[in-house]
Amino acid sequence: MKLSLGPLQYFWPRERALAFYSAVRDWPVDVVYLGEVVCPKRRELRLDDWLEIAGWLADSGKEVVLSSLTLLEAGSELGTLRKLCRNGRFTVEANDMAAVAILADAGLPFVGGPTLNVYNSRTLEVLAKAGMQRWVLPFELSRTTAADLIAAAPAQCPCEVFAWGRLPLAWSARCYTARAEDLPKDHCDLACLADPDGRLMRTREDAPFLVLNGIQTQSALTQDLLPWMDELRAAGVAVLRLSPQSEQMAEVVAHFDAARRKSPAPAELEALERLAPVGTCDGYWRGEAGFTREATPGSH
Amino acid sequence: MELLCPAGNLPSLRAAVDAGADSVYLGFRDATNARHFAGLNFSDQDIVRGVRYAHDHRCKVLVALNTYPQPAGWAQWTRAVDRAAELGVDALILADTGLLDYAAERWPELERHLSVQASATNPEAIRLYHRLFGITRAVLPRVLSVRQVTQVAAQSPVPVEAFGFGSLCVMVEGRCLLSSYLTGRSPNTYGACSPGSHVRWQETPRGLESRLNGVLIDRYERGEKAAYPTLCKGRFQVGEHTYYALEEPSSLNSIELLPELYRAGVAAIKVEGRQRSPAYVAQVTAVMRAAIDACKADPDRFQPTAAWQKALAAVSEGTQTTLGAYHRSWQ
Repeated sequence: MKLSLGPLQYFWPRERALAFYSAVRDWPVDVVYLGEVVCPKRRELRLDDWLEIAGWLADSGKEVVLSSLTLLEAGSELGTLRKLCRNGRFTVEANDMAAVAILADAGLPFVGGPTLNVYNSRTLEVLAKAGMQRWVLPFELSRTTAADLIAAAPAQCPCEVFAWGRLPLAWSARCYTARAEDLPKDHCDLACLADPDGRLMRTREDAPFLVLNGIQTQSALTQDLLPWMDELRAAGVAVLRLSPQSEQMAEVVAHFDAARRKSPAPAELEALERLAPVGTCDGYWRGEAGFTREATPGSH
Repeated sequence: MELLCPAGNLPSLRAAVDAGADSVYLGFRDATNARHFAGLNFSDQDIVRGVRYAHDHRCKVLVALNTYPQPAGWAQWTRAVDRAAELGVDALILADTGLLDYAAERWPELERHLSVQASATNPEAIRLYHRLFGITRAVLPRVLSVRQVTQVAAQSPVPVEAFGFGSLCVMVEGRCLLSSYLTGRSPNTYGACSPGSHVRWQETPRGLESRLNGVLIDRYERGEKAAYPTLCKGRFQVGEHTYYALEEPSSLNSIELLPELYRAGVAAIKVEGRQRSPAYVAQVTAVMRAAIDACKADPDRFQPTAAWQKALAAVSEGTQTTLGAYHRSWQ
């Protein structure tokens, strides 16, 4: 199985992002997704900067994919998307049907992002015909559906699964980080720049619930599928996606890399769990509520 | 500009038709549509009766098949497409790419509308669905400002439909997994958000608590009006503050924007609320009918009347209304 580093969901200061990707060159990941997927107002890195990073990573032997914005509202955002799609060198991850439209018109292959909603084989066929060469399992789908989809997938269209990270659960026109600061979105002061892993939202009895990340809402718990490596492999999953977090991401990658060679022992599973900001979950993979966690991970 | 109204059952369908809807939309009694609630929706026989009643009154009937089938459910969903076509409805409202492909191939003459659940917020996405599946209409997600609606309507290859009144989704429809994160059931997979099967109300010394699959969504002091625990409309803590972190319990009411939507070329105004009562449907349809007629007669001098606003406020969720994303300040 290959490992991929998913697109950065948060807004990091330019220097932090550059330092992060500079280190990625030496990490044992096969694929790196780059680019802004959440908010068009986040411009610490622009397309040219992302292309430069893409160049370094490609030179280090990584497969680089440029990820497109997920929610497109203004005409200007479509202009940026067209430039991204016509970058002339790197494959694009389409996170909205607008990207599929542009890429299919240009005859360019693409990766189908998790928000293209590939829930059944017929959808997979239609998108493969349009140029999709890999697809990310929608976050809420189970191992049963994943196995069914993979078994019926067209040749040369492998599946990628979100194996580590806070789950992107929703997108909105409203910016919840600005709302938390009592600021209107049009004058948000780029408040999310202060939240390198998003901003925690708790229930009124103090249980971590969700994370506010600008216009995106994430799970507070980190989805961790390391205990299910054998199942992922048996289902035919080709790529495991690890979503960047601000601290100890190199260690997260190392755990998954080690598990590619040897099934992780319980102590290793626990060591990885401790790297999550507030705890882990794996319910979606098991066909249950996403926030739940198997009582004895890895016991299968 | 037409008026499209919800029908959760036959009495609601008749109420909408009688109050002046140009079209009604409905669903089967299963997870193939996004209002999969106990006691709601239509049997095949109900649809035959509903279609007859609507067509006798020159009203169209649209069937919503706007959830996302997985391999295990594929045959059920395609059968639902076939049933709707055989029952003589006027159009299907579809979200899933595979199901759109099936319907376009199997029933090419039956109109296909792109559901709001397909998350098509921009003209490029609509263009793709038009090219691949010949859609004849696209329903816009409730995340665009009026200015953005105008831009999309101008560039879309097909007429667009916008929401006028009803419960407000604050997230892009079709991409919101909050409900399945907590309950395992989402609008995409199951046709329901924050399903009643997982709701618990509890009187406690701290107040009345609403929970969804055990997770506290809100707590009410004595005298506070309690709202259904839709999980994006509860009160939560961020830092030191406890507030409606995502959205207050409120309904969308865009009646004052009708002239702008009309000038933008919006083809139909959609009312949400298949889960609501026939009385709600009758009330909202009558007000929206009068408002759209007044707007079309003289858009420049259109003013919502106090009586309309009062009637709509009375049937709103949490009895509050908002312009939602149509107005930039909400965002």
